Amino acid sequence: MNGMNKVMSNKFYIAFYIAPALLLLLILVFIPLVLSGYYGLMDWDGIGEKTFIGLENYITGIQDKLFWNSAFHSFLLAIFSTLSLVIYLTVSFILASKIKGADLLRKIYLIPMLLSSVAIAQLWVKIYNPSNGILNVFLMSIGVENPPLWLANPSIVLFAIFVPILWQYAGFYILIYYAALKNIPESLIEAARIDGASAFQIATRIKLPLIKEVVSVTIVLAIVGSLKYFDLIYVMTAGGPNGASEVMASYMYKLAFSNYNFGYGSAIGFLLLIITLIVTLIVRKLTETKDKLEY
Amino acid sequence: MGKKKTLTLLSSALALTMLLTGCSDSEEAGEASGAAEKEIKFMHLWPEGSSKKHFDVVNEIIAEYEAENEGVSVDLEVLSNEQYKDKLRVLSTSGDLPDVGLTWAAGFLEPYVGGNMFAPLDDVIEEDLSDAFVSGTTEAYAMDGSTYGLPLELNIVSLYYNKAMFEEQGITPPETYEELETAVKEFNDAGIQPIALGNRDSWTGSMWYMYLADRIGGADVLNKAIDRSGSFEDPALVEAAAKTQELVDMGAFVNGFNGLADEEAKSMFMSGQAPMYLIATWDLPNFTTNESVPQEFRDSIGYLNFPTVEGQGDMSSFVGGPGVGLFVAEESEVKEEAKDFASYFVKAWGEEAVTKAGVIPATKVDAASLDLPEMYVDILNELNGATNITLFADVQMSPDVAQVHLDSIQALFGNQITPEEFAKNHEEALSKE
Repeated sequence: MNGMNKVMSNKFYIAFYIAPALLLLLILVFIPLVLSGYYGLMDWDGIGEKTFIGLENYITGIQDKLFWNSAFHSFLLAIFSTLSLVIYLTVSFILASKIKGADLLRKIYLIPMLLSSVAIAQLWVKIYNPSNGILNVFLMSIGVENPPLWLANPSIVLFAIFVPILWQYAGFYILIYYAALKNIPESLIEAARIDGASAFQIATRIKLPLIKEVVSVTIVLAIVGSLKYFDLIYVMTAGGPNGASEVMASYMYKLAFSNYNFGYGSAIGFLLLIITLIVTLIVRKLTETKDKLEY
Repeated sequence: MGKKKTLTLLSSALALTMLLTGCSDSEEAGEASGAAEKEIKFMHLWPEGSSKKHFDVVNEIIAEYEAENEGVSVDLEVLSNEQYKDKLRVLSTSGDLPDVGLTWAAGFLEPYVGGNMFAPLDDVIEEDLSDAFVSGTTEAYAMDGSTYGLPLELNIVSLYYNKAMFEEQGITPPETYEELETAVKEFNDAGIQPIALGNRDSWTGSMWYMYLADRIGGADVLNKAIDRSGSFEDPALVEAAAKTQELVDMGAFVNGFNGLADEEAKSMFMSGQAPMYLIATWDLPNFTTNESVPQEFRDSIGYLNFPTVEGQGDMSSFVGGPGVGLFVAEESEVKEEAKDFASYFVKAWGEEAVTKAGVIPATKVDAASLDLPEMYVDILNELNGATNITLFADVQMSPDVAQVHLDSIQALFGNQITPEEFAKNHEEALSKE
C-alpha cells in the first residue's frame, strides 16, 4: 500500500499512467472533432481540393430548412426516449419488488440489447412490410381494411421507427434502474414499512429519491443518444420517404457521403455536436442534485 | 516497490508500442507484401448470397489469373450494392481505395476523376481492348478525353410480367399506356396489386418517370434538361411527372412502395404477388437460368418494351446504360499489375458472364455461337435494334443533383409535390451547378 502511494504521488508516474488513454482520446476523438469543425470551413467534395470559404457552410446550415426539419425529428426522438424512461422505471420497480420470475424477465428485456442494430432493423422492416408483414397481416385479419403503410406514409414513418429504437434500449435502462434499486439497503424499506408507508409511497418517496442520481444520468444518456441517433433509421428508411424520417446524423451522412458535400456535411456534424453539448449542459443543470444522499 | 516500478514501466511501454504500431500499420503491410508477393486488392459488389453466379465467375477469373501470373495474388472484398457505394466513398476520403474496383459511369465517376482517384485507362484500351466493347459503352466512362472505366455490363430496362397471372385473369399484356391502365384496373378489381415497385431506393421510381418522359417527349428531352440545353419545365417532362402520379392514384403500384426496398419489391414479383415489375437486364438470370428460382416461375415470365403513351413514343428507345465497370486506383502501389488484371478480367468476363452469370456484357459477344436462353437472344436482338439508350438519370447527374432528383421522385410518387414543383426542384438544383 505504501509503495503504491509513493508511486501515485510522483507526478511523472501520474503522467505516465494517464498518457496512453489521453493519447487515444486525442487521436480518436478530440482531433477528429476539431478537424470536422475545420473541414466545415471548406468547400470540399471529400476527394478533390479544399477551398476555404469561411463560415459559409455554418451559415447555410443555420438557414437550412432540411437541417432544422431533421433536428426537429431528433428532438422528438429525445422527448420520446425521455418519456419512455418512466415506463422503464416502473418496470424496474416491479421487477425489483421480488416478484416471481423477475430474473428471467430481466434477461428477456435485455435481449434486444444483444442484437445488432442492423439485425433489429431487418426484423422490423419485415414486421412493417405493408402486405406481408406480421403487423399488417394481423390488422387485416381482424378486419382493418387499409392498415397503415408504416414506412411509406410520411406522417407515420417517424413514429413507426421510434418503436424499435425505444424497444432496443429498454433492456439497457431497465438493467441500470434494477441494479440501482437493488442497491438500496433493505433496512430503509423495512423501516418505512413499519411506519406504515404503502408500496406506492415507498416507491415514490423513498426509492425514487435514493436513485435520483442514476435517473439523471439516464436522462442525459437518453437525450444525447437520441440526438446523435443514426443506425436503425439509416437501415430502415435511409431518412425517407423524402426526408420524413431524417434525423441530424442521417442528414449529415447524406450530405457528406451521398452528395459529396463533405465540407457542408462536416459543418452539420459540428452543429450537431454544439447542439448536443448545449442540451447536455441544460439537462445536467436541471437535474442537478445538491444534497448528496448516502445510505 | 522495485517490482511495481518495473511493472508500471512495462505496461506503459506496451501501451505506447501498441499506439505507435497502430499508426504505422498500413505502411508496413504494404512493404511486406511488395517484397514477397504482389497483392492486388479487388472489391466487387456481387455477394455469394444474392449474386452467386457473378460471384463464382469472378472467382474463376481470379483463379485463372493467379495461375497464369505467378507472384501476383488477388485479395477480394465483397459487399452488396448500397454498402459498396458507401464504402467506396469512405475509402476514397482516406485515400485507401482498392487497387481495382467497380464504378458506375458518368455522374458517379465525376468526383473520383476530379480528385485524381482513378487512373486513366486509355493505354489499356488501345493496347488490349481496342475492338472489344459494344460501341457507346466506354464513352459513358470518359471524362475530359480520357476513359476511366472498363465497362462490364450493359443494361436495358424492360417491363417484366407474369404470363401465368395475366392468363389467369384474362388480361392482355399492355403495349400502350391505355392498355396498362386497363390492366392495372382489372388486377386491382381482382384484388391483386398490379406493379411491384420498391421506391425506398428511388432509382426504381426514376425508371418509370424516365420511360414516361421518353415516350411522351422523345429520346432527347430528358438528356437535354440534364445537360442544360433544355429544361425540366418542358411540357413533356411535366406531363411525364403528371402521368406518374396518375399511375400512383390508380393504385398501379404495390402498397407502401415508398417504404419498400427494391429487393422487397422483387420478392413480391418473384413470389407471384404482383404481376408486373420494371427492372433492368441485371435481373434476367432470375427469370431464366437461376436454379434457385422455381422453374415454374421462370417459365411464366415474359418481357415487354415499355408501352407507348397516347400513340406517341418509340418502343425501341430504352432506358439503361452500362452498369458497372472496372477502375484502377491512381494511387495504387501495384498499378501496372492492377491494369493488367483489369484488362484480363474484361476479356475473360464477356462470354463467361453471359453464359454463366447471365450478364449482358458491354464487350461484344457472338450471341449466335453461344447456348443462351431464348429471352437472352431476344433481348440481345432488342439491343441490336435499339434506336436510343438513355442513361439512367441519377447516373447522368452529378451526385448533388442526383440526390435532389431521387428525393423528388419519392415525393412525386408519394403525392407530396405537384409535377410543377417536381420540375422546379430540378431546375433549382441544376441551376446551382
